[in-house]
Amino acid sequence: MNAIKRILGIVWILIGLVAVYYLIVNQAIMLWNKGGENVIPAIIYTVILCPMIAGALGTFGLYSLQGEFDDKD
Amino acid sequence: MSESKKSSMFSIIGASSVGTMIEWYDFYIFGSLATIISTKFFPAGPGSETLSFLSTLATFAAGFVVRPFGALFFGRLGDLIGRKYTFMVTLLLMGGATFTIGCIPAYETIGVAAPLLVLLLRLLQGLALGGEYGGAATYVAEHSPTNERGYMTSWIQITATAGLIVSLIVIALTKTVLSKEDFDAFGWRIPFLASIFMVGISYIIRRNMHESPLFSKAKADGKTSTNPLKESFGNKLNFKYVLLALLGVTMGQGVVWYTGQFYAMSFIEKIMNVPKEQVDNIMIWGLCLGTPFFVVFGWLSDRIGRKWIMMAGMLVAILSYRTIYTKMYETADIKNKTEIVEKATSVAELKENAKNKNGGVDSVYTVTKVFTDGTTYKEVKTKTLKNGAVEISDKDGKPVIETKKTVTINDTDKWTLTWLVFIQMLFVTMVYGPVAAFLVEMFPIKIRYTSMSLPYHIGNGIFGGLLPAIATFLVSNATKLNTVAAEAGLPKVVEKPYLEGLWYPIILAGICFVIGTIYLDGKDNKVND
Repeated sequence: MNAIKRILGIVWILIGLVAVYYLIVNQAIMLWNKGGENVIPAIIYTVILCPMIAGALGTFGLYSLQGEFDDKD
Repeated sequence: MSESKKSSMFSIIGASSVGTMIEWYDFYIFGSLATIISTKFFPAGPGSETLSFLSTLATFAAGFVVRPFGALFFGRLGDLIGRKYTFMVTLLLMGGATFTIGCIPAYETIGVAAPLLVLLLRLLQGLALGGEYGGAATYVAEHSPTNERGYMTSWIQITATAGLIVSLIVIALTKTVLSKEDFDAFGWRIPFLASIFMVGISYIIRRNMHESPLFSKAKADGKTSTNPLKESFGNKLNFKYVLLALLGVTMGQGVVWYTGQFYAMSFIEKIMNVPKEQVDNIMIWGLCLGTPFFVVFGWLSDRIGRKWIMMAGMLVAILSYRTIYTKMYETADIKNKTEIVEKATSVAELKENAKNKNGGVDSVYTVTKVFTDGTTYKEVKTKTLKNGAVEISDKDGKPVIETKKTVTINDTDKWTLTWLVFIQMLFVTMVYGPVAAFLVEMFPIKIRYTSMSLPYHIGNGIFGGLLPAIATFLVSNATKLNTVAAEAGLPKVVEKPYLEGLWYPIILAGICFVIGTIYLDGKDNKVND
């Protein structure tokens, strides 16, 4: 199980990066360019959701990769 | 537990739960009365962009951004000074802010000061809520025997749903007693003003409570933290559990909670076009029927463990959301019903509109259809007239037409929707019933309030709280894509656009389910109190 947890660490980091790409490049920039009422979801994606998902998943993945969540017994 | 201890335990639970329920009530009435609040404090009209922005901030900022800050601020106080003192402060702060919102003169009386004051008070509400929940959950858990923590804290878990139910009932009662004109003029203030009485009673009850015995002992032994924020988040040993609590439990719990209680409500009203009165009725029944299961799953978590109940709740939600929402949509979809053609009516008329600054007249075209099962459909198309001609939009060069559709459903369909909301409520109770005990047991006494409050409020406030807005946006985006495709003579881009909003809870709950299943060890009482 510890090996699975460590390997999954890479997966969480990758999902964090994919979230950044999807939320910023694929969504926020497009919405920002459209303007009007689309600006609000663009701000939510950029300022709140993206840092939260990417930051939390990235750090969690890193800890996981470092064996912080390994079963000790 | 002896009878006297049991009775004292229930008075502790009662006092904590009533206060927390009132805080949720205070928080929800703003959302439930958002439409009328926007007309009073953020009116539309020329130059209304700033007001619209303030309105969005008031709605979003308090629910999402401020709650985690409240968790940090009051969590720290709770770990430094004590649980009781802190959740007394949050109660008074919430009650004071809610009462004051009910007293603020409208925009037309004091101008821009009105929306600014509402925004400020809404932020205070968010801060107070961020501090309240962790305090109440910790306080009850620290009084409970370790083998009954799930059951005892599940009463605190009821309060969020109970607060929503009470807010819907108080608003419905006020609307019943007053005429529509009176409610619009001053009646909407009553649910806000009523809060002060409830808070007063709760304050008196809570004032006589004692500090948590575990915290008092830790304080007497000099084992409390001197810097809870640093110990909670500046220390990898604890911070990794904060992350695990967020990504393995509260993120999924938050999206399941908001899907079952808020997105369901917004879906029935805005996407299925069922009138607000029927939606409130469906929600009140669905929530009331589901609420006892918070206690059932809290109790069960003491016997079979908390992890698997929460994970099972997430899994069934992920697997069944698309089926449930398809069934919900089809229930009110007039394409599936047989029309009584001879009862159809259509009326074209000119109506005065005080808000229309370009001549004061709108062209209104109303179509009504009746179906064999008793469902009625009404579509009102309003064209704004400018100097006698239909106004053309500057954006796309098309006529400005506002269309309002209403599908009034029959009793059978109403109960079908109530049943589908109830099923979602069961998922909510599975993930939410045991979560307070689970979080409390994850962190040691000295930093418990701070450590458990932050992941809870990020999971619920940010991931959960953003759900209705993001899901509705995804649906509207998919609908627009289909409209553009249809105008270009192309086939539909998205087959069922109304289901698109569900990807947000399904993906987040899916990630949370995998992390929770693999990384949580499933041993409750991890921390030895």
